[in-house]
Amino acid sequence: MITLLTAHLVAAAGAPALVRLLDRRAFLVLALVPAACFAWLLPQVVAGDLVTQDVEWVPGLGLDISLRLGEVSGPFSLLVTGVGALVLFYCGWYFKPGDTEIWRFSAVFTAFAGAMLGLVLSDNVYLLYVFWELTTVLSYLLVGHNPERRANRRAAMNALLVTTLGGLAMLAGLVILHLTSGSPLLSEIVANPPEATTAVQVAVALALVGAVSKSALVPFHFWLPGAMAAPTPVSAYLHAAAMVKAGIFLVAVLAPAYADLAWWRPVLVTLGLVTMVVGGLRALRQYDVKLLLAYGTVSQLGFLTLIASIGTRSAAVAGLAMVVAHALFKSTLFLVVGIIDRSAGTRDLRDLSGLWRLLPWPFAAAVVAGASMAGIPPAFGFVAKEAVLASIEDLGTDTGAGWGVVALGGIVVGTILTVAYTARFVWGAFATKADVPPCDIMRRSPWFVVPPVILAAASIVAGFAGPWFTEILGRAGEAYPAGAHELELTLWHGVNLPLLLSLTTIVLGIALFVARRPVAAVQHALTDRLPMPDAEQSYYAVVRGVERVSIELTGRVQRGSLPFYLGTIIVVLALVPGSMLVRAFALREGELRLDFADRPAQVVVVALVVVAAIAAVRSRRRLRAVLLVGVTGYGTAMLFVLHGAPDLALTQVLVETFLLVTFVLVLRRLPPFFSERPFTADRWVRVTAGVVVGGVVAGLALLTAASRTAEPIGPRFAEPAVSYGGGYNIVNITLVDIRAWDTLGELSVLVVAATGVASLIHLLTDRAERITRVPADSG
Amino acid sequence: MRSARRSVVFEVVTRLVFHAVIIYSIYIMLVGHYEPGGGFAGGLIAGLALMVRYLVGGRKELDAAAPVDAGLVLGLGLAVAALAGLLPTLLGGGVLQSAIIDIPLGPLGELHLVTSVFFDIGVYLVVIGLALDVLRSLGGGIDQHVADEDEAVGV
Repeated sequence: MITLLTAHLVAAAGAPALVRLLDRRAFLVLALVPAACFAWLLPQVVAGDLVTQDVEWVPGLGLDISLRLGEVSGPFSLLVTGVGALVLFYCGWYFKPGDTEIWRFSAVFTAFAGAMLGLVLSDNVYLLYVFWELTTVLSYLLVGHNPERRANRRAAMNALLVTTLGGLAMLAGLVILHLTSGSPLLSEIVANPPEATTAVQVAVALALVGAVSKSALVPFHFWLPGAMAAPTPVSAYLHAAAMVKAGIFLVAVLAPAYADLAWWRPVLVTLGLVTMVVGGLRALRQYDVKLLLAYGTVSQLGFLTLIASIGTRSAAVAGLAMVVAHALFKSTLFLVVGIIDRSAGTRDLRDLSGLWRLLPWPFAAAVVAGASMAGIPPAFGFVAKEAVLASIEDLGTDTGAGWGVVALGGIVVGTILTVAYTARFVWGAFATKADVPPCDIMRRSPWFVVPPVILAAASIVAGFAGPWFTEILGRAGEAYPAGAHELELTLWHGVNLPLLLSLTTIVLGIALFVARRPVAAVQHALTDRLPMPDAEQSYYAVVRGVERVSIELTGRVQRGSLPFYLGTIIVVLALVPGSMLVRAFALREGELRLDFADRPAQVVVVALVVVAAIAAVRSRRRLRAVLLVGVTGYGTAMLFVLHGAPDLALTQVLVETFLLVTFVLVLRRLPPFFSERPFTADRWVRVTAGVVVGGVVAGLALLTAASRTAEPIGPRFAEPAVSYGGGYNIVNITLVDIRAWDTLGELSVLVVAATGVASLIHLLTDRAERITRVPADSG
Repeated sequence: MRSARRSVVFEVVTRLVFHAVIIYSIYIMLVGHYEPGGGFAGGLIAGLALMVRYLVGGRKELDAAAPVDAGLVLGLGLAVAALAGLLPTLLGGGVLQSAIIDIPLGPLGELHLVTSVFFDIGVYLVVIGLALDVLRSLGGGIDQHVADEDEAVGV
């Protein structure tokens, strides 16, 4: 399976070159990758094989590439690859020939398909998180495809912030689950769930925050309609078939272990119902057919989360069936919208008229997919919805929950709205409207229509393939105890409650559509009068608040005064390690061994250094102070020599020289004398701070050397330095071989520091130019 | 630099010695496996050589001595060090693992090559880059300021 992911990665890396070679037809080649994955996955999913693969990555963190093609991930992976292949194929006609942006788009889109496949296949919680955030970042790039438009940037940023917030919460939850259960594997966590302590419940709740934000449930639903700024293939794939399903996937995976938590079902069912109704109501008010679909998707995602969260055998199967149905019909509808957009040049249903005659194939596909969305037989949507209703009907007997009727009522209301906005979509996009002039359209290649027609055909074929789906999807139900009835996906169950409810919703939904003018009037009247909580406004308020706080905090903490910064560092150094020092001396920990000197030369050098240090503090000239500080440095180098450390001494002398000259170079721009102004009090404060820090550092050096408990590692470096490092200078071999990681880190710091110095001076140059206003040509 | 502040003897001697010092710095870098030295010390010596060139002739002299962008040297050094760290993984070793290869050179004896020397070359380059960067910004950059200000004042 790791081959599948690598194939996507390689294809993504090669996509720009391919686009340069083949222009937009490159998408057809790229589509082969998910198509091949689909072909590989299909027989295994149908046969119900459990395929696992483990590659060690960072075993210390429990982070391994553990992939698992199981009961839930199987159908999801087929959707991700199958719809992905068709959408990529569609891209080959969607974009204009010679579009200069598609090299990036093609790479990001293919990488996204790979990340999404990785997400549904990963069994390791950290791997899941990695792929989860990869989809977030890549979707940010896809939504912001046209970064010159403000709306795109904003929508991309909103989607990124909201889903990353959820993702981070989820990561915290997953970490807790890993630690409490002792296994980083989702399959093992779910099979042997840790005891539902408060910590575990918090963990599950945090993971659900991730799911709810990714699947655009209330109160995070606003990002999804905004993300419709993306090109239509992105909407069809990310916002219908793939990414938004990630949350539902997570809920479906966790449900077997945690659906019986006291709050799980009430919370998720409520969120799902509210989202379903809010999305449906708002879809009824849209004029842009793509936005209409977007709100419809929000509504459907609420519905899907609801059913995925129920956690009974029949609900698990019905939920998967609904996921499949939704992926098929919603991506069809989005692709049809793309065709309308490209052919008629508008998506506003007030301007579209008579398209059913001009675009017969897209119209047929839209009707079929619409039937599936509204739950009209014989489409698969009907089969799935019947199954959902049947499983909710059994909720009371399966789980003992008494509120099944409420959920059923909510779903009926939501479904009525679904039927109504489906009718509004089909009518709005294709009908001949008396008061709208018929549209002119631009003919497009017949191949452009193929993907939505295939998907729509799949919706119908699947409707008749109920028993086959029952077998494949039914495996996901085996994680649960048997319910009151064994669920069967089929078009005809006989006359029962679900069928009656379905008929009711269809009739009422169409009635709602026919009466659209009075309904719209009522909706307007209500929303205008009632103070409605607006999630988007609250979100912007929070974002503004965070920015405000960060500006205030930066303004207070980062004042730009170097003495203040240095002072902070020095005081912290004196207080924190200093207090430990005092404590250690008070408790008489460690035994201090104080030798006066090993040899007389040391005394002379130290005396010189001390005098130079005192003279540097007393000096009034900057240059003299700098030179005296240099003397202390060279004195230190002398001490190194006297201790038999020529390497240190060499480096110290070189660094000291370099520093000294650099200091002098900078001093050219500073006044020759220190300012008279530091008043005596201030001066004494500085001197005291310096002395205290010096004392603390000296004391720490003595104390740490005296409180060694383990055997020093130094002597053990001598042998490997020769056998392993191939040299006799242990210091240098330590630097470049034994502790090379440290050196690499230090090198990076050096590069950052050098860049900082350079940018500082460039900043100053800019300022100087602005102040002195030197004309450009005079330099 | 104004001619009154130039010292011809200093300039000539510097130019004479410069290349020898650079070669010495490379020697110090390579000898680090056996004696005091290594990439850091070698880089500093080369940096000091550049510094003397700058002190002698200012910005122009420094550019003549090192006609490269400091950022390029820094980046190159970091890249060499990182590659020297990554390459062993492709050959089945661990990150930054070194190998000892003895190459017979006929009458010249034997070259005792330890692959960590490539890492040390990276260190050497980064330190030179840092020196160049400091000299260009705090040395040449400030010269530029002074010149601009003089010009603006009308000197």
